[in-house]
Amino acid sequence: MSLLQIENLVVEFQTASGPFRAVDGVSLKVDPGEVLAIVGESGSGKSVAMLAAMGLLPWTAKVTADRLEFDGRDMLAMSDRDRRRVVGKEIAMIFQEPIASLNPCFTVGFQIEEVLRIHTGLDRRARRIRALELFEQVGIPAAEERLGHYPHQMSGGQCQRVMIACALACNPKLLIADEPTTALDVTIQKQILDLLVELQAEHGMGLIMITHDMGVVAETADRVIVQYKGRKIEEADVLTLFENPKNAYTRALLSALPENAVGGRLPTISELLSDEQIFAGAPR
Amino acid sequence: MTPVLEARDITRDYHVPGSLFKKSRTVHAVKGVSFSVGEGKTLAIVGESGCGKSTLARIVTMIDPATSGDLLIDGRRIDIATEPLTADMRSKVQIVFQNPYGSLNPRRKIGEILTEPLIINAKMRADEREARAMAMLKKVGLEEKHYGRYPHMFSGGQRQRVAIARALMLNPRLLVLDEPVSALDLSVQAQVLNLLADLQSEFQLTYVFISHDLSVVRHIADDVMVMYFGEAVEYGSRDAVFNDPQHSYTRTLFAATPRVDIEAIRARLARKSAAASGASAPAAL
Repeated sequence: MSLLQIENLVVEFQTASGPFRAVDGVSLKVDPGEVLAIVGESGSGKSVAMLAAMGLLPWTAKVTADRLEFDGRDMLAMSDRDRRRVVGKEIAMIFQEPIASLNPCFTVGFQIEEVLRIHTGLDRRARRIRALELFEQVGIPAAEERLGHYPHQMSGGQCQRVMIACALACNPKLLIADEPTTALDVTIQKQILDLLVELQAEHGMGLIMITHDMGVVAETADRVIVQYKGRKIEEADVLTLFENPKNAYTRALLSALPENAVGGRLPTISELLSDEQIFAGAPR
Repeated sequence: MTPVLEARDITRDYHVPGSLFKKSRTVHAVKGVSFSVGEGKTLAIVGESGCGKSTLARIVTMIDPATSGDLLIDGRRIDIATEPLTADMRSKVQIVFQNPYGSLNPRRKIGEILTEPLIINAKMRADEREARAMAMLKKVGLEEKHYGRYPHMFSGGQRQRVAIARALMLNPRLLVLDEPVSALDLSVQAQVLNLLADLQSEFQLTYVFISHDLSVVRHIADDVMVMYFGEAVEYGSRDAVFNDPQHSYTRTLFAATPRVDIEAIRARLARKSAAASGASAPAAL
């Protein structure tokens, strides 16, 4: 059975010039132990789709779906209270800006123990032990000392490790990583990606990797969804996508990579394609 | 031929003042870096955050003085610590910053943003300035109707075009590009890189291109310098650096860069399925 199953998800925002459809009929599913990458440019609705699935969008967003199930439970019909028990515990999310997503006013130790306090029945001492264990698991050196540090005392890579530790605190079944390495240096990016994939395999989690970096997709994903203007335009396993991309947009995206450049110029998408051409081959 | 830009043994130290609880200390941001760039060429500077590449950019752009070492632009020695900078020198070197959202004044129209360098550094009538700005807008792929608009009305890629247009208003010889495409999407990145290549061949511009993205560097650079903790650990032609990296840090950097390589994907998937079957085999027994 799929871990997360979404069918025909639509997210609309009310704007001054009428409703704006950020996500337009996206369907996807993730199995336990699978790494799904969602690729697209900024504004393609990849983050919004995931936030909608977790119920984290503000009330101004109108979310509808034919089906939105996590682990056999209907997330749409669920009360806010019940959903909050699932989100953070069974589904966890890490965001792009590690430093901005931690609270600057509290120590990282407090923040990771807060997750445990809300979602588990552990007492104070057990929480501290678990926090230490998590810090060691995500590779933070001198874990004991680090628990007492504030986010500003740590580097971006270390903060992202803290975020991952928070996300893993309750052994989630599904981890959603929203551009987890975009703000980091390449060498740190490599470490974080290796860590995520390693932890994913170890715990048998489902992992959704939201990214715009084709290199990250190539190095982590099992299956890939390509999104454009809120619509899913291609879905394939990772090898098929890179070897034999079906959609014209995917092909254009791959040829826009600087390493694939032929001669001095890079082909650009708007020069090559119209929306009709892109959506013509899109699965619904 | 004298190179457009030459740096000899540049160092930059920052003094962090002490307080009641801390002793004052000195940060060596750049430690003795030398390089030269010829006309119409691109030097790429690669490194992690905190390695001193942006400090070097500030020194080259004459925003920040070097602590020691010589900076020569068009064969002329520049030291902004001792002599004031002339408008003539200022117009020779211009800079484009990483974040197009932060580097344009949100309360100024595009036209005002583009003509401001001319008001400060050139003696020109208002209508001439406007004509120059209009021409430049078209050069960078925007339209004349964009002249009266504000930065928030543009996308990231368009804003970066405006930033490039502003840098070119004074007909510089040298353009310092500090991570100009890092904040942009792949397809927009391709457009901006193409634009930079076109402008370079049209105006014989010299680029100092700062980036951490090795695939972009490989595409655009003639020479590459790799920096690590303020030192240039590797400096050479693009092909020499990419084909035969000498320093271990350069090799680490190459190994860490995610690549789109079918064989690598295949190998990874094979490893993964091997690990999965290895893990499930004892359970099956």
